[in-house]
Amino acid sequence: MQLSREALLRAYRQMKVIREFEERLHVDIQTGEIAGFTHLYCGQEAVAVGVCEHLDNDDKIVSTHRGHGHCLAKGCDVNGMMKEIWGSRDGLCKGKGGSMHIADVDKGMLGANGIVGAGAPIAVGAGIAAKIDGKGKVAITFSGDGACNQGTTFEAMNMAVVTKAATIFVFENNHYSEHTGYQYAVGTSGDIASRAEAFGMKVWRGDGTDFFSVYETMREVLDYVRVPGNGPAAVEFDTERFFGHFEGDPQRYRGPGELDRIREMRDCLKNFRKSVTDAGLLEHADLDALDAEVLEAIEESVRQAKAADRPTAEDVLTDVYISY
Amino acid sequence: MAKMMYRDAVVSTIAEEMERDENVVCLGEDIVGGMGTPGGPEAIGGIWSTSTGLFGKFGADRVIDTPISESAIMGAAAGLALSGKRPIAELMFADFIGVSLDQIWNQIAKFRYMFGGKTKCPAVIRMAYGAGYNAAAQHSQAVHQILTGMPGLKVVMPTTPADVKGLLRTAIRDDDPVIFLEHKALYGVSGEVPDDPDYMIPFGHARLSRAGQDVTIVSTGLLLGFCEAVADKLAAEGIGCDVIDLRTTSPLDEETILDSVEVTGRLIVVDEAPPRCSLGADICALVAEKAFASLKAPPLSVNPPHTPIPFARELESAYLPSVDKIEAAVRKVLGYR
Ligand SMILES: Cc1ncc(C[n+]2csc(CCOP(=O)(O)OP(=O)(O)O)c2C)c(N)n1
Ligand SMILES: [Mg+2]
Repeated sequence: MQLSREALLRAYRQMKVIREFEERLHVDIQTGEIAGFTHLYCGQEAVAVGVCEHLDNDDKIVSTHRGHGHCLAKGCDVNGMMKEIWGSRDGLCKGKGGSMHIADVDKGMLGANGIVGAGAPIAVGAGIAAKIDGKGKVAITFSGDGACNQGTTFEAMNMAVVTKAATIFVFENNHYSEHTGYQYAVGTSGDIASRAEAFGMKVWRGDGTDFFSVYETMREVLDYVRVPGNGPAAVEFDTERFFGHFEGDPQRYRGPGELDRIREMRDCLKNFRKSVTDAGLLEHADLDALDAEVLEAIEESVRQAKAADRPTAEDVLTDVYISY
Repeated sequence: MAKMMYRDAVVSTIAEEMERDENVVCLGEDIVGGMGTPGGPEAIGGIWSTSTGLFGKFGADRVIDTPISESAIMGAAAGLALSGKRPIAELMFADFIGVSLDQIWNQIAKFRYMFGGKTKCPAVIRMAYGAGYNAAAQHSQAVHQILTGMPGLKVVMPTTPADVKGLLRTAIRDDDPVIFLEHKALYGVSGEVPDDPDYMIPFGHARLSRAGQDVTIVSTGLLLGFCEAVADKLAAEGIGCDVIDLRTTSPLDEETILDSVEVTGRLIVVDEAPPRCSLGADICALVAEKAFASLKAPPLSVNPPHTPIPFARELESAYLPSVDKIEAAVRKVLGYR
């Protein structure tokens, strides 16, 4: 199905926001001003955006430690996120969560997560709630090729099938869990979708560096899961991460030229630009204008993050029940 | 004596014990690092560099790089231990005990007792704990109070490289399960370490790191250094502090604590874990019970507040006990009445 001009521009813009957000963080983190562990999503933008462009605020997603892309794609405020990562008091989570714990429940974003494999069971609960509510809403969990080996993920898949939860397991296979290759750690010869299939789910596969592949695959997946009574489904996207596991990772596990090759061949933004301009759907100038606008938006978010109020000692004691 | 970092004391002790006893095996996530990648095994190693070189020396049967499956890692350690091996299982972050707790708590800790003493369970479970990296609520916790409360487990918290060496060796040779807690912020700290290949520190023997007559300060891990700084500062004012490094929280060296409080009459426990049902509560109760007559002031515990660990720099430093907070506590007990 052909996407409208507006939809194409929007999808490109969303991917570009994630890209520039992460590229900027990669630079700013070197200065030492940003604290904590940061895992960048660059390279995987087509997955987050190709999934979330189908969703509204009543559809839920549950994210991972590599969550910035999912958050942005689901509509979390760019400035609020940048401030959070900089640890500001008016960040999206008041500087209490940081990069690994960004959440905006009103937007249907139930949290990035520092615990690998913690998200899938949460998405089962949200998927059961969606089923009970009967409005055709869904809950989506993003899991990596590492997280798919966690017992919690297995339990969640079985329980989603048994409960007919409106849950979608989106597996982002970026070939590495930290420093370990998926061919070693995923015992089914690296094939994640076949596992989900063995749990009794309908499964799909797609190219996670190609927005159109993700978007069209997700349309089918969602058409299926939104039908009351159908229960869960799973989809595996093959994708790439352009940076290290976390910032500071020397990446010696990569092959020679691997990073250049994936940046050249498997860049979802380059591929998007090529296919829409080749097909005459958009002009380079349209996309160039968006590029400039996005760069400015990211610049502004950094300005705001640097200028924002810092949290104080009293803030430690709020937002929690303290009996002591 | 050789000078080495805390993290190198971990690796070298494991290597020496693996050399000495072929039943010792290691398992954990990324402990080889690079498995199944173009760079190949040991391309990079684990994130704490606490297993560097082990795979090359001892091979894939004894240095087992696991998928992200903490429950199965701990369960495998349990099964290995019941099958004549001496596993050393690594949890990359102590916070991940959440995923694997059943195997630690209901299995490993209980086998020897539940089975009527018919088995031993010589598993060592190593984990990196502690705050100071702005790693937020799920990657910064000190979990010793949870594990110390579990019958069947021994819990070790080394502060210096020498203690890593002596305590880890004892842990590996111990026939009971041992939790070995390594503070992330101490991995890069250097110190003199005895060369003796049988250097061992028995569990339940605290270390007196500063001696004084006026106040007893009990701590361990990263915060011990803060306590020493306070003791050194107050020494210049003529106030003497006994600073006791617990080394193990289970067994607890009651004698050293009580002997000290009998002299000083004042106790402060400085702990990185939250205050409820804590080391501080435990040791203050011990002293109230067994050294009541010696006390000149109520025992005091310095902990973070009863909240999850926040992310931002300002928040994390407000959360953690600091040199200033410890000093204020010392002055408070000194000024009592
Ligand atoms: C329970 C748990 N175990 C281990 C980790 C440490 N860790 C964080 S991310 C990660 C790798 C995850 O790999 P994958 O699921 O493929 O996600 P990716 O990093 O590739 O996005 C590991 C081992 C963790 N955070 N939580
Ligand atoms: Mg991965």
